[in-house]
Order: sequence, then structure tokens, then C-alpha cells
Amino acid sequence: MMEKINPRLLGVALIVIALVAAPLVLNGQPYLIRVVTTATIYAIAAYGMNIILGLTGQLSLAHGAFFGVGAYVVGLLTTDYDWSFWGSFLLAIVITTVLGYASGLIALRTQGAYFAIFTMALGFLIFIVITRWESVTHAHSGVSGVKFPENIGPIDFTQPTTMYYFVLLILGGAAYTTHALLRSNAGRSLVAIRTSEDLAKSIGVNVAVSKQLAFTASAGTAGLAGGLFASLTGFIGPDSAAIDVTFEFLLFLLIGGMGTVMGPIIGSLLVAFLFEALQDLQSYRFIVLGPIIVLLVIFAPKGIVGYLNDLIPSHRGRRRAARRPETSDDETPEARKTNEEVR
Amino acid sequence: MTLFLQQLVNGLALGGIYCLAAVGLTLVFGVLGFPNLAHGAIFMLGGYVTYSLLVDGGLPYVVAILCAALILAVIGVVFERLIFHPLRKAPHTHHMIATVGVMFFLIAVVQEIWGTGFLRMDSPFAGRLTVVGAQISWQRIIIIVIAMVVLTALTWFLKKSVHGQAIEAVEQDRTGATLVGINPSVVSMVTFAVSFALVAISAGLVAPIQLLSPAMGESLNLIVFAIIILGGLGSLPGAIIGGFVIAIAEVMASTYISVAAGEAAVFVVLMGVLAVRPTGLFGTVEQR
Repeated sequence: MMEKINPRLLGVALIVIALVAAPLVLNGQPYLIRVVTTATIYAIAAYGMNIILGLTGQLSLAHGAFFGVGAYVVGLLTTDYDWSFWGSFLLAIVITTVLGYASGLIALRTQGAYFAIFTMALGFLIFIVITRWESVTHAHSGVSGVKFPENIGPIDFTQPTTMYYFVLLILGGAAYTTHALLRSNAGRSLVAIRTSEDLAKSIGVNVAVSKQLAFTASAGTAGLAGGLFASLTGFIGPDSAAIDVTFEFLLFLLIGGMGTVMGPIIGSLLVAFLFEALQDLQSYRFIVLGPIIVLLVIFAPKGIVGYLNDLIPSHRGRRRAARRPETSDDETPEARKTNEEVR
Repeated sequence: MTLFLQQLVNGLALGGIYCLAAVGLTLVFGVLGFPNLAHGAIFMLGGYVTYSLLVDGGLPYVVAILCAALILAVIGVVFERLIFHPLRKAPHTHHMIATVGVMFFLIAVVQEIWGTGFLRMDSPFAGRLTVVGAQISWQRIIIIVIAMVVLTALTWFLKKSVHGQAIEAVEQDRTGATLVGINPSVVSMVTFAVSFALVAISAGLVAPIQLLSPAMGESLNLIVFAIIILGGLGSLPGAIIGGFVIAIAEVMASTYISVAAGEAAVFVVLMGVLAVRPTGLFGTVEQR
């Protein structure tokens, strides 16, 4: 049989080429480049949420707040304390990671609904601190004049294209990490936890440690994205830490596909274009988006990438199907389903 | 002493409002097993519907509240049919995400219809009562009385009526209830209707002593979750006791310490309880 080109690989290649070539097409339209850059930053945050929600199956509603903390660390340090972007960016990642670790210690003692409620309260508490702690955060007036990243040698980050490629590079890292994670034991442990926590425990997965790592990493990723966001937009207010932000990440994940490698990118870009198209509808936005979320959850919980994955069997899957046409004894339908999802 | 008495009545009135809202939330959790994160938004919608019936429709206060409760009950049934019934076999994460979608939808709808600003609704029971020097407004007395009446009626409904007993049966053992011929689908609808009606009553009661705003549901959301976690998810007496405890703690902390302390008291209680007992104080409901 002639080996065909793997359609899955082709799809990924097309997305990568489109992302890399985007500034060439949009050349001379800095506004659109900025829109794509913002979408890319949101995609990075969505990768963070993907680790805890998509892979581990825990609904964290504190993610917008972690994003906001990252944005505020970069925003406040580069303006009020005159730090360089790079220093404050690193500190933003460290602070949100530590915050994620510390809150995970308590939050992850809870499960399911309790976890969602706890993280919702945590997110609201962080939001309250930002709006009330006026002497540090400037409360409702927000932070303006956040610095762009300083030049590294000849690389000038005030150029929209340069900033875009910098963000894209980090996004690539996030996507690759997810890809690698899904093939590692650590990633499979997380997916096992999503399937059944008790089952995962019984086959020797250290549930507590796995969840703690996933939550910490996802908080740090959200904080990283927040730091980039503050630098790109130059202005941040308490809104960037509100639960609405968490909701947007959820939307990206749902549309793209929870627990998949390409889902966060596809979801964020699609929603970015949708938001641009709905610009005139500004206030109607959530009237449209709320029902979309509900419809997606009911009719398409796997998202775009999830469905494409079902349509296109992976390369490995096809090889295995050729080798073993029938369901073999050692692979129950349930286990097979889990394996499919992992790919 | 006078101040204490006055604040105690304020705490009791607030507690009545919290109870009605929290009881509805805990019923849905007990029967369907997921937290309705849109509960605060439903509360807000109930407040606005009452406002329109009272101010634009010219209905008497109590009639307006009852009509709003009825309208919200119908909305509850519609939501159950359209959203949560199709999701009944999905993981609970999906339910919670759907409720977040509902929350944003409702906030946006209210902003569209009634605007983003604050609305003021005057109490039809103006005036105050003076008891040993303490000034107690009639509205607060009305709140306490109506809350007591509704909670008593609810207890009667759950203990004595067929639908109420079916709700309790499904809460205790879903499979067993189905085996003895209870239709869980009908029970879900009734639960949503009761839950939405209760939260509408609580919003109608609180509206004259607070301003209406599209954001009014957000803080209530966390407060009612704190209450039902304190009382144990799915526990009715827990929700009632928790409602009064949180309300009095909030009023006293803001009277004797600071307004910010009153607001923070709720979070401190919630996070403290979850840190010590991850399934709530009296939580016996197994996570599904």
C-alpha cells in the first residue's frame, strides 16, 4: 500500500506555516498584527488552563486571576519601580508559579465541585485585593505605560513583527511541551486522573503530586502570558484579573478542544477573529458567547481538534489498526478511548 | 447594646435573604450533584424582574415578588430542559462550564434591557420601629417574616408533598429512587423551579435595602457557596444555619471592625473551612 501523507501532520504544518507567515501577509497593518499577537498570548494562557482542565479534568476558575497577577507584576515593576521588562517578566513567572503552588496545596485537597468553588473564591479574592490595595495597584485607575521588552542586541521589540515572533516562539514552546507531556508518563498520569481519580490511584499514579505539578505549571503559564499581555498592551486594569478572563480561556479551550495539542491555538485564533467580527456588537458579545458556550458543551464538548482527531486516525493508530484489526484482549474499549484521546 | 440589637436584626434580615438563596442552591446540588455557578446571576435577574413588575407594572410589592418567583420558576424549568437535561450523562465539569455560560449570558441580557447603572427600588413599607432605642426599618421586619414563612412552607413542601419527598429521595439515593418509580427527570425540573423561585424571592426582598446592579449577583454567588459549604453541600438545615451564621458574622465584622472586614469574613470562612475539611463542615455527600 502506498504511504499517504499523514493528514494530521499536514494540518499542523499548515497552521505553523500560517502562523509564521502571518506578519508577511499582514505587513503594513500593525493593528491586525497586534490582534494576532494578542490572540497568541491568550493561546499561551489557554495552554496553561489546558494542563489543569484539559488533561487533569479539574475546573480551575482562578486562572484569569493568575493571568492578572502576572500582568500586574510586570506592569507595576516596569513603571513604578523602573525594573527592566526581562527582570520583571521572570519575576512574574516565579511569583505566579509560587502562588499556584501555595494555593494548590490547599485547593487540591478538594475535588470536583469543591475545587471549582474554591478556585472561584480564590480568583475573586485576588481580584478584590487588586481593586482595593490602591497604594500598590492603583485600584481602578490601573497601570499605564508598561514597558516593551528591551532590545537584545539588534532585536527591537517595539517592532510589532518582532514582538509577534517572540510571543510565537513561546507559544511554540507551550505547544511542544503539551505534545511531549502527552507522550510522557507524567502526562498519561494526568489523563488517567481525568478518567478516574480512584482508578489512577489504584494503578500507582501519585494523584496528589501529579495534580499539584499540573496546577503549579498551569498557574505559572497563565502568569507568563499575563506578563506578555501587560507589555504588549501597555495598560492594565483590574479587568485583566476578573473571572471574565477565565471564561475567555474556557471558551478558547472548548472551541479548540480540551486536552489536545493544537486546540488552544485554534480556539484562541478563531475567537480572536470572532471578537473582531463582533466588534460592532460590543455589548451584545456575551449574549452571543454565553449560548455558544452552552451549545458547545452540549453538542461539541470535544472541540474542533477533538472532532478532527476522531475523523483522522493518527499515524500510529493506523499502523496499529493494520496490525491488529480487531479489538485485542489487552485493550478494553475504555482504555482504547483513553489512548485515542491522548493522541 | 442598642447598636448591637439593631445590627442583630440587620443580621437576621440578611440571614433570611442568604438562607433563601442558599437553600435553592443546595437543593440543586443535592439532586443534580453540581454547583450552579449562575446562581448569583439568577438572583440578579430575579431582582430586576421584581423591579419591573413593581415599578413599571405597578403591582403591589408582595404580588410582584410572587409573580417574579413564578416567572423565574418557569425560566428554571426551561433551563433544565434545554441545558441540563441534555447534559445529564456528561461529566460534572461540563455542567459547571455550562452554568458559567448561563451566568455571562444573563448578566449581558440584564445590561441590555435594564442598563449597566444602579437602579433604586423604594420599599413600600417605609418607616421604622423603635425598640429599646434601636431603629428597625419595617422592610427588615418584612424580610425576616417572609423568609420565615417561605422556609416553613418549603420544609412542609419537602417533608409532606409528593414532589418534595421525591426530591429528598433522589437526593439520598438516585438509583433507589428510580427503582421505586420516581422519575428523576421530573424531580430535576421541580428542583430547578423551586431553586429559581426561592432565589427570586430573596432578590425581591433585598432589592429595597440595596441598589440593583448587574454585578449584584457576583458577591452573592460566593457568599451562598460559602454558606452551603459551611453547612455541607446538599444539606438543608446546614444551609439555613450557615446562612444566619455567615450573615451575622458579616454584619458584626463590618460594624465592629470595618466594612472590608465584613466582606473578607466570608472568604476567610470559606477558604478556612475548605482548607481544614475539603468536603465542608458537615459534608457527607460523596463526590461523583
